[in-house]
Amino acid sequence: MSVLPKNSLRQGPDARGHFGIFGGRFVAETLMPLILALEDAYEDARKDPAYHAELSNLLTYYVGRPSPLYFAERLTEHLGGAKIYFKREELNHTGAHKINNVLGQILLARRMGKKRIIAETGAGQHGVATATACARFGLECVVYMGAVDVERQKPNVFRMNMLGAKVVPVQSGARTLKDAMNEALRDWVTNVDNTFYCIGTAAGPHPYPAMVRDFQCVIGDETREQMLSQEGRLPDSAFACIGGGSNAIGLFHPFLDEPSVELYGVEAAGHGLEVENGHAASLAGGRAGVLHGNRTYLLMDDDGQILEGHSISAGLDYPGIGPEHAWLKETGRVTYLSATDKEALDAFQLCARLEGIIPALEPAHALAKIVEIAPKKAKDHLMVLGLSGRGDKDIFTVADHLGGM
Amino acid sequence: MLTGKAMTSRIETRFARCRAQNRAALVTFIMAGDPDASVSLDILKALPKSGADIIEVGMPFSDPMADGPAIQAAGLRAMNAGMTLRGVLKQVEEFRRHDADTPIVLMGYFNPIYVYGVDRFLVDAKAAGVDGMIVVDLPPEEDEELCLPALRAGLSFIRLATPTTDDRRLPTVLANTSGFVYYVSITGITGASRPDYSKVATAVRRIKAHTPLPVAVGFGVKDAAAAAEIAAKADAVVVGSAIIDSLAKTLDAERRGGPATVEAVSKLVSELAAGVASARR
Ligand SMILES: Cc1ncc(COP(=O)(O)O)c(C=O)c1O
Repeated sequence: MSVLPKNSLRQGPDARGHFGIFGGRFVAETLMPLILALEDAYEDARKDPAYHAELSNLLTYYVGRPSPLYFAERLTEHLGGAKIYFKREELNHTGAHKINNVLGQILLARRMGKKRIIAETGAGQHGVATATACARFGLECVVYMGAVDVERQKPNVFRMNMLGAKVVPVQSGARTLKDAMNEALRDWVTNVDNTFYCIGTAAGPHPYPAMVRDFQCVIGDETREQMLSQEGRLPDSAFACIGGGSNAIGLFHPFLDEPSVELYGVEAAGHGLEVENGHAASLAGGRAGVLHGNRTYLLMDDDGQILEGHSISAGLDYPGIGPEHAWLKETGRVTYLSATDKEALDAFQLCARLEGIIPALEPAHALAKIVEIAPKKAKDHLMVLGLSGRGDKDIFTVADHLGGM
Repeated sequence: MLTGKAMTSRIETRFARCRAQNRAALVTFIMAGDPDASVSLDILKALPKSGADIIEVGMPFSDPMADGPAIQAAGLRAMNAGMTLRGVLKQVEEFRRHDADTPIVLMGYFNPIYVYGVDRFLVDAKAAGVDGMIVVDLPPEEDEELCLPALRAGLSFIRLATPTTDDRRLPTVLANTSGFVYYVSITGITGASRPDYSKVATAVRRIKAHTPLPVAVGFGVKDAAAAAEIAAKADAVVVGSAIIDSLAKTLDAERRGGPATVEAVSKLVSELAAGVASARR
């Protein structure tokens, strides 16, 4: 680990898992010893060169890293402002950034001797990545997925089944990501001895937010190096979509101490921020609360009951956000914006037509804000989109909205 | 230690009485507002008459991560019928007008309390006649959030100990616990199938080696026989999902209850109380 400057924004969390007032370990006693054991195992692994070597080997030869930093020439021309680059996480094996985190956690599970892996998934990308890694290492895999998401992300359900995972449709609550997470926690509380919970985003109880972030920092670390070698300097801005916030924190974190780099996180505004329970923008429309093991911004009613939220994108449809983002919002270091379903759909089509890349609906939200902001920037402004995943899984949803194929 | 005699008086008095009667205490759980505020208040009032020694009152939450289907459904019914945290406290207040002695312990999750405001909640809970609380997602690592303020306000903070709480960790879990300790006899969610109770006696002895507090045991207790088995080994038996199940069976197609609901719950609780009493120690 390199030494951080004194006032570094990269020091969090503290020993108890807090980023400012956010984060923490709000879990049932049954899980507490497991979380402490996980923290120890992770600290241990972090210091072990053999662990890093194994992970790095997998990232190179199994995932295909580094992912390219691609100059989106026609989009740049079309928007007529900033010079736009895509950090192409959609080219990773399994089609999204999720695999970066999953491999880190699965190697940890192996060190801990856990033979059964559980995961929650929204869009199915994390579920597919987990099922993939479990197949690769011969581990049992159970994925919890809201019944609504099972319906709208069918291709990924098939993929998980092909990979030998058991997909459990969750019927409680709004039957989306938050309910899948509840059900995964219920499983973990029940199967404490043999089970490792592989969380798919930078949220949950400590140490998950920090651990998942560390695994995803490969996105920002590579972007930094690639931009230096391709343009001879750092980017001027970076944009990423936010469900729980893992691809965004992975892209942003290596730039937090570079004040010249503007950072923009983009939440899902669904039908519009003004529509009650019609969006999934927890920073823009929520307030501090406690759910799924951490204090963070949540969408909820006056009684503290969590709202369901809405987004066209199953991966952003979560009423919370990772605690480090909550803290970064309060410090003002990152600017948080939001994009509606409609804006994301428009950006999705624009990207497909101009660049020959079909993005997932999730990063299409971030792209929608680039479409808005890039024209206002100078031509030498270097702007990066975290292209977190590919859109194959979304073609049916998009076709539905555009009136059929 | 922040625990003090005056603070836990109703709970202490009740355990003392049970000890004098040479029996374990029966702790019953119901969800406030299930199936609606009026029926649930009637159930609440009927519980002591049926033999409940201590009542746990559930505070409904949208995301009950440690609960099985029965209590999830109870919380949903309560919320659909308009129950809120403010409403839960009102129920306790009403109950206290009729019963000055039966301890009331609130049980639920932290977010509604956090949003209500911890200080305001403690003042209002105390005024309503609440004796203590069990907040599932607040382990000792987060004691500053609610546990310590609750103890300062003279309310008990009852902690769960579980099979994963080993001897090294047990003192941490017990440090700021007051009233009683709730031993969750299985790793799992509420309403799980009946566990193997043979290990309960050992577990209770293990906890008692670390604390003078009474030890209550729950999870998976469904009938009088199971209650008797636990009552022979612990200071109290906790029953939750089985009571909720008996309530749910009486509801009509619109999930409405009535006198039959109160009767069904009372009947089960009387049987459980008889089971507990049969296990004289
Ligand atoms: C392609 C893609 N991007 C982004 C996300 C959102 O997750 P996060 O905010 O953790 O990056 C998902 C989640 O499913 C996803 O599949």
